[in-house]
Amino acid sequence: MTQQVIFIILSVVLIVSAILVVTLRNLFHAALALMASFLGVAGYYVLLEAGFLGMAQLLVYIGAISILIIFAVMMTRRLMQTIETPFNSQPIVGLLGAGLLLVILIVVITGLYSVTPGAESLLGMAPPVEPVIIESSVARLGRAFVSADGFLLPFILISILLLAALVGSIYIAWPKHEEENS
Amino acid sequence: MNILDLLKSIISLDLGNYIRETFGTGPGTEFLIDVGGVLILSTFCLLIVVFLIWLERKVLARIQDRIGPNRVGGRYGLLQTVADVMKLLSKEVINPAGADWIAYNLAPILIVMASLLMWAVLPFAPGVFGVNLNIGVFYVLAISSISVMTLLLAGWGSNNKYALLGAFRAVAQLVSYEVPMILALIVPIILARTMSTVGIIDAQNIPFLFYAPLSALIFYISSLAETGRTPFDILEAESEIVAGFHIEYGGMKYGMFMLAEFIGALFMSGFFATLYLGGYRFFGLENWVSADGYTYGRIIGLVAFFAKMFVVYFVFMWVRGTLPRLRVDQILGFNWKGLVPVSLVLVLAVALADKLIPSGTPEVLRMLIMLGLNVLIAWAALEILRRRGREIRDESDDVPGHGLPVVEGHGHEAGHDDHGVTPEPMPAH
Repeated sequence: MTQQVIFIILSVVLIVSAILVVTLRNLFHAALALMASFLGVAGYYVLLEAGFLGMAQLLVYIGAISILIIFAVMMTRRLMQTIETPFNSQPIVGLLGAGLLLVILIVVITGLYSVTPGAESLLGMAPPVEPVIIESSVARLGRAFVSADGFLLPFILISILLLAALVGSIYIAWPKHEEENS
Repeated sequence: MNILDLLKSIISLDLGNYIRETFGTGPGTEFLIDVGGVLILSTFCLLIVVFLIWLERKVLARIQDRIGPNRVGGRYGLLQTVADVMKLLSKEVINPAGADWIAYNLAPILIVMASLLMWAVLPFAPGVFGVNLNIGVFYVLAISSISVMTLLLAGWGSNNKYALLGAFRAVAQLVSYEVPMILALIVPIILARTMSTVGIIDAQNIPFLFYAPLSALIFYISSLAETGRTPFDILEAESEIVAGFHIEYGGMKYGMFMLAEFIGALFMSGFFATLYLGGYRFFGLENWVSADGYTYGRIIGLVAFFAKMFVVYFVFMWVRGTLPRLRVDQILGFNWKGLVPVSLVLVLAVALADKLIPSGTPEVLRMLIMLGLNVLIAWAALEILRRRGREIRDESDDVPGHGLPVVEGHGHEAGHDDHGVTPEPMPAH
C-alpha cells in the first residue's frame, strides 16, 4: 500500500517534470526540470530496493551530468536568449515513435507478467527476494564485475574506453608548443 | 512509577521502545516514531548552529588574541548569535531585479535540505541512528553532490556576474575535491568490508586512524575543501570577492547558506569521527545495559561520539584561525597533482595488502602492517615533492637572471645569504 502511494507520487513528479523539460522555453529551467526527473528515477530505484543504483543515479546524473548540461547551457550565450517555440514540425514521426515504444513495452511486460483476469498476477505484489540478497547486493555487484563468468569483459572494455577518454581530454588540453614555435 | 520509566527510557535513549510498549505496535506507531525522530534530529541540527557560530567566533577570537562576543547574554556573549539570528529573521525578503525567481529561491532551500539529509546515516550511539543503509558512505557522497548544483543555481539565479564567477570557482573546487574524498573513503570501506556506517564502527576494534592515517588526512583536507572552509574558502573569500556565489542574498536566505555551511562542517567532523575514530565506541562501555534492562550505555556512547566530533570540529576552527587562504590555481593544482595521485596509490596498496594478509593474522599486526604502508607512501610522496622542489630551485639558479643577481666585483655579497645550494658567482669575462 505504502509502496503504491510512493510510486504514484514519484510517477506524478517524473511525468510532470519530463513534460516540463520539453515544453519550457527557458533552457535553464528545462535543465532544472530534467534534474527533477532524474531525481524521480532515483526514487524508483530506491523503491525497488536497488539503493546503490539509486545513489549512483544521484551521483552521476544530478552531480555530474546535470552540472555539465547547465555549464553547456550557460556558456552558449545564444541558447540562453532563445525565444523559439520548443515544438518542431514532426508530429507524425514523433507519434509513430511513441506508439512503437508503447507496443514494445506492452509486449515486454505481458511477456514477463501475466495480466489476464483470473491468472495469478505478479503485478500486485513485490516478487519475493530474500533480505540477505538485498543486504549484500553491493558486494554481489562488485563480484559480478570482476568474475570471469560475470561481466568481466564488458567491465574491462568500459574501463579502456574511460581511460581513452581521459587520455584524449588530457591531449586536447595539453599546451601545443610546437605549433606556436613553427 | 510510569513517569520514572519514561525518564529512564529518555536517559537510556530508548524512547521508541517505551512508546511501543505503552501504545502498542503497529504501522501507525512506527510512522509517528519515525516522524518524531526526524523532527528531533533536524531541529537539533538547526539549533546547534546557533551554538557553533558562537563557538567559532570565541575560538577564532582567542587564536587572534581578541576576546570575541562578550556583551549580549552575559559575560561570555552566549546570546550573541541568538540576537544575530533574530536580526536576520526580521530582515525584508528581497528578490533582486532580473533574478531568476525559481533558481534564486530554490538554492537556499535545497542546500539546507542536502546538508540535513546527510545526517540520516550518522550513528550517534548504539542503536541510535536515522537509518542503517548498507550503502551509507555512498549515500553521503551522493547527497553531498547535490550541493554542487545548488551553488550553480544560486550563482546563475542571482543575475550578477560576480555571483556567477564565484559559483564557477566554487563548482570547480567542489567537483575536484570530490575525487580524493571518494578515493580516501574507499580505504575504510576496504578495511571494514562494508559501506554501512554502523558496520564501519563495528569493525573498528582499533580505530581506523591508526590503520590508515594518510587516508584520514586526505579525507580531512578534502572535507575542508568540500565544506568551503579556510584554506579553501574561495567560495566565500570575505577579503577578495565579498561573498562569491551568495553575494545577492540577504536576510534569512543568506542565513540559510551560513546554516548549511555550519551543518555541513559539523557533519563532516562527525563523519570523520565515525570513519576513523570509532564513532560512539568507548572501550565497550557504550554497550552497558543495566540490571532492569535499560541501555544506559547509549548515553556514554552519545557523549563519546560528541566529544570526538567536537575535537575534530575544533581542528576545523584551529585551521581556520591559523592558515592563510590559497589561490584558486594552487587549490586545484594541489588537488590534481598532489592528493589524487597519492590517494590512488594508497587505495591500490591498501587493497593489495588487505588481500595478501592472511585472515588469521592478529589485529594488532594487521594494523601495524597497514600503518607502515601508509607511512611509507606518505614518506615517498614527500620525498618526490622534495626532489622536484630542489630541481626547480636548481634550474632557476642555473639560468642567469632567475637566480640571485650577480653583479661584477660584488660576488661575495651575492653569495652571502647562504642556502647551501647557491652556486659560485660567475667569473667576470
